[in-house]
Amino acid sequence: MKSRQILAVPAFLWFGLFVLVPLLIVVVISFSTRGTYGGIEWNWTLENYHNAFSWTYLGILFSSLILAVFTTASCAVLGILMSWAMSTAPSKNRHFYVSAVVLPFLTNLVIRIYALRVFVGYRGPLQATLNFLHIPFDPFVLSQNKFLVLYGMVTTYLPFMVLPLYGAFEKFDFSLVEAAQDLGAGPWKILFSVILPNLKKALLSGVLLVFIPSLGEYVIPDLLGGAKNMLYGNLITEQFLKARHWPLGSALSVLMLCLLLGVTFLYYRGLGAKNVE
Amino acid sequence: MSSERTRPKAPRLASMMFWIMLILLYLPILVMLVGSLLEDKDGSLQWTFKWFLEVIHDENLMDALKNSLFVGFVSSLLSTILGTASAVALYRTTSRMYWMMEGLSMISLIFPEIVFALSLLSWFFVLKLELGLQTVIIAHVSFSLSYVLMTVNSRLVTLDPSLEDAARDLGAGEWTILKTIILPLLRPAILGGFILSFLLSFDDFLITYFVNGVGQDTLPVKLYTAMKMGVSPKLNALSSLMFLMTFSVLIFFFRSGSFRILFEEGSSKVRSDEREQTNNLL
Repeated sequence: MKSRQILAVPAFLWFGLFVLVPLLIVVVISFSTRGTYGGIEWNWTLENYHNAFSWTYLGILFSSLILAVFTTASCAVLGILMSWAMSTAPSKNRHFYVSAVVLPFLTNLVIRIYALRVFVGYRGPLQATLNFLHIPFDPFVLSQNKFLVLYGMVTTYLPFMVLPLYGAFEKFDFSLVEAAQDLGAGPWKILFSVILPNLKKALLSGVLLVFIPSLGEYVIPDLLGGAKNMLYGNLITEQFLKARHWPLGSALSVLMLCLLLGVTFLYYRGLGAKNVE
Repeated sequence: MSSERTRPKAPRLASMMFWIMLILLYLPILVMLVGSLLEDKDGSLQWTFKWFLEVIHDENLMDALKNSLFVGFVSSLLSTILGTASAVALYRTTSRMYWMMEGLSMISLIFPEIVFALSLLSWFFVLKLELGLQTVIIAHVSFSLSYVLMTVNSRLVTLDPSLEDAARDLGAGEWTILKTIILPLLRPAILGGFILSFLLSFDDFLITYFVNGVGQDTLPVKLYTAMKMGVSPKLNALSSLMFLMTFSVLIFFFRSGSFRILFEEGSSKVRSDEREQTNNLL
């Protein structure tokens, strides 16, 4: 062992103390009871899990899953098309295009969501246009709805899909496309039987990168969805910050983590099996 | 003369989609920027700087800005030191420690933000740490550390190993090599890691929202609470200011190329090549 390896010890300690241990603590808390005033009492119980599996909460989990799947699917379709266009653009423009897609992602999420609310909000450009065209609308429905949540999620997570796909497109051998064109294949045939099989790995990692954060998203549904569209991230946050029922909140998050781990595991196992074929 | 052949164009639908998405990404922000410069006077719109002046003269907001800058500076300093030290310690080692560190930073990168936030909150509660700027700083270091590791690592793997070997042949010790050769070469990457973690800290909302103390809001938390009440031109101005701050730093760094390493496939490829090499050696 080289002596400079000692330098890694502080980072190890930090990760251990503030990433790993906290996760274990959440698991421990999920088996405890709520105190009278919202604290934690160390009496072990399975009640939180019993509650977490109630139909109401499972229903919320289900609608979050649906939203996450829709978000992932939309990002995948858009990401493939966009990175295809980006990678076949003149090479001097490509770096600019990648930056243009990534830049908003590195700015504040709350601001981007706020901007969206200005856009669809009272006297915003969208409502002004609809008024001008004499199209009737309900301003409350227009400024807080499920579609808006999906739109916010897709625009937020798109870079996670575009970056790996673009990277794969950059390495892709485009002479295969030329060959397919020469043999008379149309663009869709080329996409599905020439390009996508070569992009499988990047697409699959993009899918995970979008799916994992979108399942527990809190800010976007909270600000764009309104109170009617409760999602799992909001449910967990409410248990922690409003209802102050930490044990239940912990049980709900452990459940979500197990689901994510399970999905990831099955996903890679399924992939492994496919690659053998 | 280009070194590569021109690639067959993507179908028009693909490039149309690209431009539509770019417009959708930037249009709301543009509307917000314009909105912050407009004032409604008796039904007619006029250009004004009024809202920006109101933001600057709002003491609450300026306190939040100070908190944000303080947290951002301290946390990115800490994570840059920790991250650089650990990246330097573990590069070109095939020890188990290297993979453990990779795994740990993967965990902190990929875990849902909300679980990260609430697990830290629970841990601080168990430790009986009082919530305040100190807990926010701890939390920010925990998530930005892996970004510093990634940035510094991607530069480290591109360093020429013969530099180090030459120094060693000339009798330099491990620490001399570190101080006189490796660290100076890493300076741009270290700076990039620092700026990146500062931006991440400055922009973070969710984790701060969970672990900050009463009355010690950072700017994004203030913005969120204000937004709950609805939109207003003053909020437009505040958001525009914050957006422009981040955006200008980003543009500067994109142009200087410090961030390029993060988003290009190259860095991870180098690492896997090297992994192969070390495997061959073993």
